[in-house]
Amino acid sequence: MSESIGNEMYTLRINGQDRPVVDAWVGESLLYVLRERLELPGAKGACEQGECGSCTVLMDGDAVCSCLVMAATAVGAEIVTVEGLIEKDPSMAATAEVIASQITDVQQAFITEGGVQCGFCTPGLIVAVHHLLDKNPDPTELQVKESISGNICRCTGYGRIFAAVEAVVQVRKASR
Amino acid sequence: MSTVKQDTRLRDILGTSALRPDGVAKVMGSFSFSSDMWAENMLWGATLRSPHPYARIISIDTTAALLISGVSAVITAQDVPGKATYGLISADQPVFASEFVRYMGEPVAAIAADHPETCRRALAAIIVNYEVLAPVVDPELAMLATTEQIHPDGNLIRHQKIICGDPQISGDITVEGHYTIGMQDQAFLGLEAAMAFPDSGGKGVELHIATQWLHEDRGQIAACLKLPEDNVRLVLGGVGGAFGAREDISLQVHCCLLALHTGRPIKMQYSREESFFGHVHRHPAKIWMKHHATKEGKIVKVESRMVFDGGAYTSTSPAVLINGITHTQGPYQCDNAVVDGYAVRTNNPPCGAMRGFGVVQACFAHESQMDKLAQACGLSPVEVRLINAMHTGDKLITGQAMESVAPVERCIRETDAIPMPEPLAANANVLEFPGGSGRTADRQNIVRGIGWGVSMKNLMYSEGFDDYATARCTLSNGIASLKFATSEVGQGFVTLAPQIARSVLGVDDVVFETSDTQIGSAGSTSASRQTWMSGGAVDGACRLVRERLFEHVGELHNIDPIRLMIEHTDVIDTIGTFRISVTEATQGITLSETFEHHHRKTEDLDANGQGNCHVAFAFVAHRAVVDVDIELGLVKVVQIATAQDVGRVLNPLSAIGQIEGGIAQGLGLAVMEEIIMDNGRVKNPSFTDYLLPTALDAPSVVAIMIEEPEPQAPLGAKGIGEPPCISVTPAIVAAIRAATGKALSRVPVRPQDICL
Repeated sequence: MSESIGNEMYTLRINGQDRPVVDAWVGESLLYVLRERLELPGAKGACEQGECGSCTVLMDGDAVCSCLVMAATAVGAEIVTVEGLIEKDPSMAATAEVIASQITDVQQAFITEGGVQCGFCTPGLIVAVHHLLDKNPDPTELQVKESISGNICRCTGYGRIFAAVEAVVQVRKASR
Repeated sequence: MSTVKQDTRLRDILGTSALRPDGVAKVMGSFSFSSDMWAENMLWGATLRSPHPYARIISIDTTAALLISGVSAVITAQDVPGKATYGLISADQPVFASEFVRYMGEPVAAIAADHPETCRRALAAIIVNYEVLAPVVDPELAMLATTEQIHPDGNLIRHQKIICGDPQISGDITVEGHYTIGMQDQAFLGLEAAMAFPDSGGKGVELHIATQWLHEDRGQIAACLKLPEDNVRLVLGGVGGAFGAREDISLQVHCCLLALHTGRPIKMQYSREESFFGHVHRHPAKIWMKHHATKEGKIVKVESRMVFDGGAYTSTSPAVLINGITHTQGPYQCDNAVVDGYAVRTNNPPCGAMRGFGVVQACFAHESQMDKLAQACGLSPVEVRLINAMHTGDKLITGQAMESVAPVERCIRETDAIPMPEPLAANANVLEFPGGSGRTADRQNIVRGIGWGVSMKNLMYSEGFDDYATARCTLSNGIASLKFATSEVGQGFVTLAPQIARSVLGVDDVVFETSDTQIGSAGSTSASRQTWMSGGAVDGACRLVRERLFEHVGELHNIDPIRLMIEHTDVIDTIGTFRISVTEATQGITLSETFEHHHRKTEDLDANGQGNCHVAFAFVAHRAVVDVDIELGLVKVVQIATAQDVGRVLNPLSAIGQIEGGIAQGLGLAVMEEIIMDNGRVKNPSFTDYLLPTALDAPSVVAIMIEEPEPQAPLGAKGIGEPPCISVTPAIVAAIRAATGKALSRVPVRPQDICL
């Protein structure tokens, strides 16, 4: 890092952990800091303008585009990224089978219903759908469409993504 | 939303909705896209681009940029050790512009620095002195000999005509029109990104890259670097969509040059704005078309003139042009044709491959014409298409016989039988109105319309090109290992390949080796070709291994191998009781075979556009139902009904994903997606200004897959990637015409085209 860029130091609260950020430039976005400084590449950058939703994370329970948040202003906020949706059991080894068994119902439904193709929009959509279903466990089809209309998917045409959300809603309903 | 029938999967063989093996990583965010790479000691690379569509470079001063702390290298055209230019068909595009810049955004220099912000500052510090020239932006003018030739190779990239049958013949009825197709962007989500690692000593480089065709990239890169191809190793980085935009070189050469120049790993990653300048787009085109027909509506002759704007460099323009003109007739019988096609160089952005590849443009014209013909003959859109529907064995306007299964009639009839959607309810939510979340439409101004589109699309590469695919299968201890250079861009080849191996070999465990250039080419992930070509290669390699397995088992158990077959996961004796599991039969042995799949040979077109230039074809019908706010010009696509000729469904879940995804892209071209040009300048290089279909724009899709296995295809399956996006565009426009009575001769249809 060249000296002219900056040497900011602050701590973010991410996925339940305090994560110090050192030697940062004050202009860095939360997306950049997550991906390039904190080894959390799950949030993706695809438009830098808050249009595509690929970088969606939760900040104090709200879904935000991390590309639009200056990282240094996120100090004190409770941030959850796609990596933080899974409750890992530390007693179990991180084998492929164990990891697959730990993914959330939303993540599993995206796989089984065909909601994943190239996968670039997927992490943002997973976060957005968790956010939606936490706030509204029984959304109408239109509410689903509106709530994820800030997440652009170029591959699927959305049909299988709607099917994934619907599948989660039905399973959650049945288990209530 | 259409539903997919999913049978209980006992084993993930062909025909089942096997799930993506990369699905878990992708939903967790741990899948490594090329933009997710990181390396110790790495630098960031960035590109300086021309702000002008056409200018002479007087001087480039990099002194100030090099003095910035954190900057390790600034390179320009003089730092390219090998070939100064590259290109898929003609190497006419400079790695860096030196004398002229010919389009806005053309690379002029590249830098390596320690932070993206340092890169931004260093790029701003490079001083390029330009003599700005008047750009040549109108292809009609550009193709004239009297116009300034903006490239040493001239402005006419390719001219090809087709003359078939009796060019003088006429019909009882003629209909004609002039059609315009705007410049569409592939807009994949995963931006261009790569990481290059220099070999110690600078004699080679390893590039991890999101691309559609590793081997083609390697050839072009090695030539520019002046390195033997063996010293340039390409590894497939995770690809976030492609749709044609990753077929050409973008940052590949720059990234490798910077790595060799600095001796350090270089990460390059475009921003969205840079991506709009960094890859080719769908060709804008102007098409005149005239149909002659009997009074009963039977096509007698088609005439057309097509002009494709290729932009500043050749890319795949010659092939796009040939696709366009050879699909003039669409999926209809036609004995006589006069077609004249031009691909022209201008100072607009270079255009090349995008899903549908020239056929999208031709289809918008021929389907608009079919509706005019229907009206002139007093027929319905369905009737006129049925009367003219092509069949297997028909002769195309190129003289080539239609040897593919051609269920055009079935596509139309089965689409027609799909129930219509419910009318817009009196109490419908405003979100369902045209304009969606804008909440602007007024219920009383909304009019519903229905429209049709039918298309044919060639599969694989044409005109004599042998775009073969290679795969290796290694079977040991009950595990099949597959190696191929096939680019997985999201389409699902990584799902299909293990399905093939399981079906052929009776194994359940299938693993992949790295997709890289350490095996023969797989050809490009484009032209709807990988299921057929790489699928054929995997199938072939697995079959060779199965032969070896039968020989091994036969020898060991004294059975003629010809009596052996695979049943589920066992090798069995077809006329005896012997049975052994494949896992047990392969303990301690390793059987490995490599197979190249070649499609049948094709040939060039002659001067009159005659020749067997295409390998095979697929067909599809689309019916669109739209609601239009006629006052505001807003459109909501309510339903797309479709029946697609797929040959054979190998994975229902993957297939419906291709169909729905393609339809969304065709919808984009119909009503919202366009790169807007102003005298060579791109006006909307962002996702704020270049509009893409969102979840609220997605129509209800009702899809039928017509399964008539294609004898030529190794697995009986046709490519399914491109057809969904082709005729859906004219179907939507026809539906808007039906709702509004407007002629609508251009796509995308803009609000002002409807309401002004």
